[in-house]
Amino acid sequence: MLIQTRNLSVQIGQTPILRDIDLQVQRGDIVTVIGPNGSGKSTLLKTIIGALKPSNGRIVLSPRLSIGYVPQRLHIDETLPMTVKRFLRLPRRASAAAIQSTMANAGVPDLLGQQLLSLSGGQLQRVLLARALLEQPDLLLLDEPTQGLDRRGTADFYKQIDRIRHSLNCGVIMVSHDLQVVMRQSERVICLNGRICCEGKPEVVSNSSEYRALFGFEDDDDTLALYSHRGHDHKAGSMREAV
Amino acid sequence: MLDDFLIRATLAGVGVSLAAAPLGCFIVWRRMAYFGDATAHAAMLGVALSLTLSTPIFAGVLLISLLMAVTVSTLSGRGYAMDTLLGVMAHSALAVGLVAVSFLSGVRIDLMAYLFGDILAVGKTDLAVIWGGAALVLVMIGYRWSALLLSTLNPDLALASGISPRREQLVLTIALAIVVAVAIKVVGVLLIAAMLIIPAATARRFSRTPEAMAVMAAVVGVCANIAGLAFSYHFDLPTGPTIVCVVAFLFVALNVVNALIRRTNRQLSNGQNVA
Repeated sequence: MLIQTRNLSVQIGQTPILRDIDLQVQRGDIVTVIGPNGSGKSTLLKTIIGALKPSNGRIVLSPRLSIGYVPQRLHIDETLPMTVKRFLRLPRRASAAAIQSTMANAGVPDLLGQQLLSLSGGQLQRVLLARALLEQPDLLLLDEPTQGLDRRGTADFYKQIDRIRHSLNCGVIMVSHDLQVVMRQSERVICLNGRICCEGKPEVVSNSSEYRALFGFEDDDDTLALYSHRGHDHKAGSMREAV
Repeated sequence: MLDDFLIRATLAGVGVSLAAAPLGCFIVWRRMAYFGDATAHAAMLGVALSLTLSTPIFAGVLLISLLMAVTVSTLSGRGYAMDTLLGVMAHSALAVGLVAVSFLSGVRIDLMAYLFGDILAVGKTDLAVIWGGAALVLVMIGYRWSALLLSTLNPDLALASGISPRREQLVLTIALAIVVAVAIKVVGVLLIAAMLIIPAATARRFSRTPEAMAVMAAVVGVCANIAGLAFSYHFDLPTGPTIVCVVAFLFVALNVVNALIRRTNRQLSNGQNVA
C-alpha cells in the first residue's frame, strides 16, 4: 500500500472542499480521478503532497514514499534564470546519463540548454514529467496531464504512463477533467464532486461501435475507455449514456 | 594592514556585498524587494533599543530584524497580505525607533550615520562582526541552496520532494535579518535594500542559471563597493550613497550595453537572412 486516505476532509478557509474521501493506491495501480471544475481534484493532490492540511480524517503514506508531482501548470517568475538542465537537478543531483535518457524518453531530448521560460506549454509539461521521473517516484501524481492534448496526444500520453508504471513499478494518481474518456488501464476511476460520487473500473469498449462513432478512432481501443457513472448525473448536462 | 581605515572599509564593503548577493537574488526572485526595505527600516528601532540598553548596535538591530522577519513570515498567509503587513510593521517600527531615539537624553547620536552608514568608521570589531555574519549567511544559504531554489520556483514541487517551503522562507528571512544587522553600520538603513536588490537585478540579464546570477551579483556588488569607496575618497563624497550610485550606474550601463548587443546581433542575423 503506497497511500491510503480515511474519511479525508479538507476545507479552505470555511469552505469545505473535500468530504469523507476514502482512497487507496497500491504499487502498479493507476487511479484516475475525474470530476467537474471545482470538484476538489487538485485539492486532493495538494493534500497528498502536504500543501493543505486535512480538517478531518487522515492520510497514511508508506514510509519513505517518494512522490513525483506534475502540476497542472508552472508559473515561472521571469526574474529567475533557469535552464531545463538545472531544473531537472532540483532538488537532487542526477547523473548526466540519467537526465539524457529521461529526456529522450519524454520525447524532448534537445531542450536541456533552453531556458524554462522559453518553453511552450507542451514542452514544459514533458519537462515536468521528466523531472518527476528522475526521482524514481513510488507514487506519481499527475494534475490534468492531458489538458490541451487532442485525442491522439492523449492516447499516446496514456501509453507512456502505462510504460512508466511498469518500468518503475509505481502507483499513479491521475486527475482529469474529462468525465467520459479515461485511461483504459486505470484500475479504478473515481468520480469526485466534493465527495466520491461513484467509483469503478472503466468500461471496456473495444468493440463498441458507439464509442468509435463518438470519437472517430480506430486504433486507440487499447488506451482509451469510457467511464459510465453510476447512480448520479452531472449538472453540467454533458453526460451522455454512451454505452 | 588592518590599521588603515581604507583597507578596513574595503573589507567591510566586500563582506557585505558577498552576503547580500545570493540573498538579494532570492529577494528578487521571490518578489520580496519591499521585505528588505521593511526589515531595514525596522532596524532603526533596534538602534534605539541598543542605545537605550547600552548594548552593541549589532545586537539590538539583529533582535528587532529577526522579530520583524519572523512576525511577517508567520502572519503572512493568515488573512493579511504580505505587503500590507510589511507596510504596517516597517513604518511603525521606524517611527517608534525615531521617537525612542529622541527620548535618549544626554546622548548625542548621529542619526545620519545609521541612515546612510559610516563605512569609514568601521573598526576591527565591526569587521569581525561583518565577516562573521556574512560567513554565517553564506553557509546557511549554501547549505539550503537547492531547497531554497525549489521552494522559490514552486512551493508545491518543493513539498512533493519533502521540502517545507515555510521553513525555507524562515531560513531566508533570518539570513536577511543577519545581513541587515551586519550591514547597518556600513551602508546604513536606507541603502541596505539597494545593495541587496540592485546587484542581483544587474546580474539578471546576463545569467542563464541561478548560480551564475548569484556569482555575478557578488562581482557587481564587490566592484561597486571598491569603486564607490575610491570615488568617495578622491572626491570627498558621502561614502554609502556613493557606493549605491556606482551600483545603480552599473545597473543602467550594463543593461544599455546588453540591449545594444542584442540589437546588433538581431541586425546582423537579419542582414544574413537578407543576403
